[in-house]
Amino acid sequence: MKVSLFITCLCDTFTPDVGKDTVELLERFGCEVDFPARQTCCGQPAYNSGYKSESIKGLKQMIKAFEQSEYVVGPSGSCVHMIKEYPKVLADEPEWAERARKLAGKTYELTQFIVEVLNVKDVGSTFTGTATYHPSCHMTRLLGVKDAPRILLENVEGLNLIDLPLKEDCCGFGGTFAVKNSLISGEMVQEKAEHIGETQADYLIGGDMGCLMNMGGRLRRNGQEVKFLHIAQVLNAQ
Amino acid sequence: MSIKIGQKSYGDRIQDGLSNSFMRKAVSGAQGRFRSGRLKAAEELGDWEDWRTLGEEIRSHTMENLDYYLHQLSEQVENRGGTVFFAKTAEEANEYIQEIAKKKQAKKVVKSKSMVTEEIGLNKALEKSGCEVVESDLGEWILQLDEDPPSHIVTPALHKNKEQIRETFMKKKGYTGSDDPVELAAYAREQLRQDFLEADIGVTGCNFAVAESGAITLVTNEGNARMVTSLPDTQISVMGMERIVPTWEDLEVVVSLLTRAAVGQKLTSYITALTGTRLEDEVDGPEDFHLVIVDNGRSKILGTEFQSALHCIRCAACINACPVYRHVGGHSYGSIYPGPIGAVLTPLLDGYEDHKDLPYASTLCAACTEACPVKIPLHEHLIRHREIIVEREKMTTKAEKMMMMGFAKWASTPAAYKLSTKMARTTLKPWTKDEYIEKGPGPMKGWTEQRDFPAPSKERFRDWYRQREQRSDH
Ligand code: SF4
Repeated sequence: MKVSLFITCLCDTFTPDVGKDTVELLERFGCEVDFPARQTCCGQPAYNSGYKSESIKGLKQMIKAFEQSEYVVGPSGSCVHMIKEYPKVLADEPEWAERARKLAGKTYELTQFIVEVLNVKDVGSTFTGTATYHPSCHMTRLLGVKDAPRILLENVEGLNLIDLPLKEDCCGFGGTFAVKNSLISGEMVQEKAEHIGETQADYLIGGDMGCLMNMGGRLRRNGQEVKFLHIAQVLNAQ
Repeated sequence: MSIKIGQKSYGDRIQDGLSNSFMRKAVSGAQGRFRSGRLKAAEELGDWEDWRTLGEEIRSHTMENLDYYLHQLSEQVENRGGTVFFAKTAEEANEYIQEIAKKKQAKKVVKSKSMVTEEIGLNKALEKSGCEVVESDLGEWILQLDEDPPSHIVTPALHKNKEQIRETFMKKKGYTGSDDPVELAAYAREQLRQDFLEADIGVTGCNFAVAESGAITLVTNEGNARMVTSLPDTQISVMGMERIVPTWEDLEVVVSLLTRAAVGQKLTSYITALTGTRLEDEVDGPEDFHLVIVDNGRSKILGTEFQSALHCIRCAACINACPVYRHVGGHSYGSIYPGPIGAVLTPLLDGYEDHKDLPYASTLCAACTEACPVKIPLHEHLIRHREIIVEREKMTTKAEKMMMMGFAKWASTPAAYKLSTKMARTTLKPWTKDEYIEKGPGPMKGWTEQRDFPAPSKERFRDWYRQREQRSDH
């Protein structure tokens, strides 16, 4: 199976390890992986801020970058969801909308791809530690990927998973919200940090780099010694 | 009062909300109860998603055929001895009601909770024409005593807790009892009894009007609406023009959705249906009944991409689910319609000028959309509002516009994109310490005021990948 990697801008720039783990995970299950180098950002920051026409330029670049791909897989629920929105954003340009539909139809979030397409429920990894998982909003509510991460994590050997109180509440990232409404965002991520603290977990696991950077950054600011990991890093641990 | 409450800026309101720990505790406690109640009620029903679909269908069918149903409703009301008045604006509605009060030489008006009368500022208008207005629902009464606007659409005094309510009663009424909610409610009931008997006019809202029969229905937990509608000789019901269902069967569905989504109840204590004036062989009910149907900007929404905002049944599930509301409280929205539905509806009804910050008071987490029993895509409406603010109203700053134009160039030019991610680490070097940035420059400021920012990695993913490919080529 041929899989094109969609490595988000945050992942490319800040956490290349997440990308590496994604590659290795997919290869472990026989996928032939490639990385279309002309990919850029999914366009979400502009689109969600109301700059639709500005976002469209980038969307078209992404559509072109992945046009030849069989499957597109990315380690971010939020950015994958943005790709799913492309046909709607491009609705006024029928030809592009059609190309967008093709891309949306073959794009998957990493855990969703593993469970639904590769049909794997146990990736056979080992990770010793106590962790809590934050199901990010765009991944669960908008993309609809609720069970896949949980199923995969539950089968990781050695992982002690503790439920996060009010886990479905947003961490306060929200893209530009974290900057534009930084005070409210700060209160939201503080509540999250307190809940993470209550679990007494050593690790915080998530499926979206933006949310992890937000929560991780606050945990560090608070002096809370919780390490944050992307789910790909846990699933690829041996 | 009107849609807009207070004169403070968005920033000041947020500051006030965030620093009011008393309110925040009251709100997060109540939110917790409402949320678990809603989830439990949805679970009990088993096929919640089917119910939501049904609710959405009923609401969208009604909006698609609103003219027809409004016509049917007004005919039915008139057949049953009532008078219908269509008010295009808040002023028209108020003037009509003032006129009735004048004709009846009314001195006292008792009211039962109604958002739309808040929206049009009816109390002030009636007071101006010399009437004393008494809010008869506990929450509204507390707010009236305290001269405080509502902060929630189902439980308007959600931002107060029992200690604060007791204090209000002591200060304004000389109450001497405890802060036991039962005792507080009993006291209010006692105080209001006389008002019911003395009132010349009863004013109610309307949860839903049933078009096929001309009935006005009220969904309440206190039962005061019954006093308001049965004791005074004149009754006036005020409704937003979208608060209508075609049939009793439809009513059953939306009321079930409303009560379950609002507080997790199967039904409320009282669902009152009123149809027209008192007949000769009836012992109570008004001699004179008026239904005021308020447009006040609603018809402008019909036929636009925001039409589904009119599907709202005012259950407040979106408000209870919203993590932003949880921290800032209802008054921060500067509107009598707070929370996600407020952020969608307020700019539609009252324009962007005073409310341009509301669509951004959301992380787009979609908890509201998920909670809404009639499937209004609230977070999508918020994005659409932002588009309008940017593209049509041109209300954003030049700096932001420039930044987004830069973004467009960056995201559509792979070479520029690659170069910038390559440079990121070096660019941020002066602010970086121990692989983190604790005080960032420019647009990063908002971020680093609240949390640390990681330094860009030494090696990007794409560099690693290219090298790996080269290695395997050999
Ligand atoms: S928008 Fe939906 S959830 Fe919010 S109050 Fe209206 S009906 Fe209820």
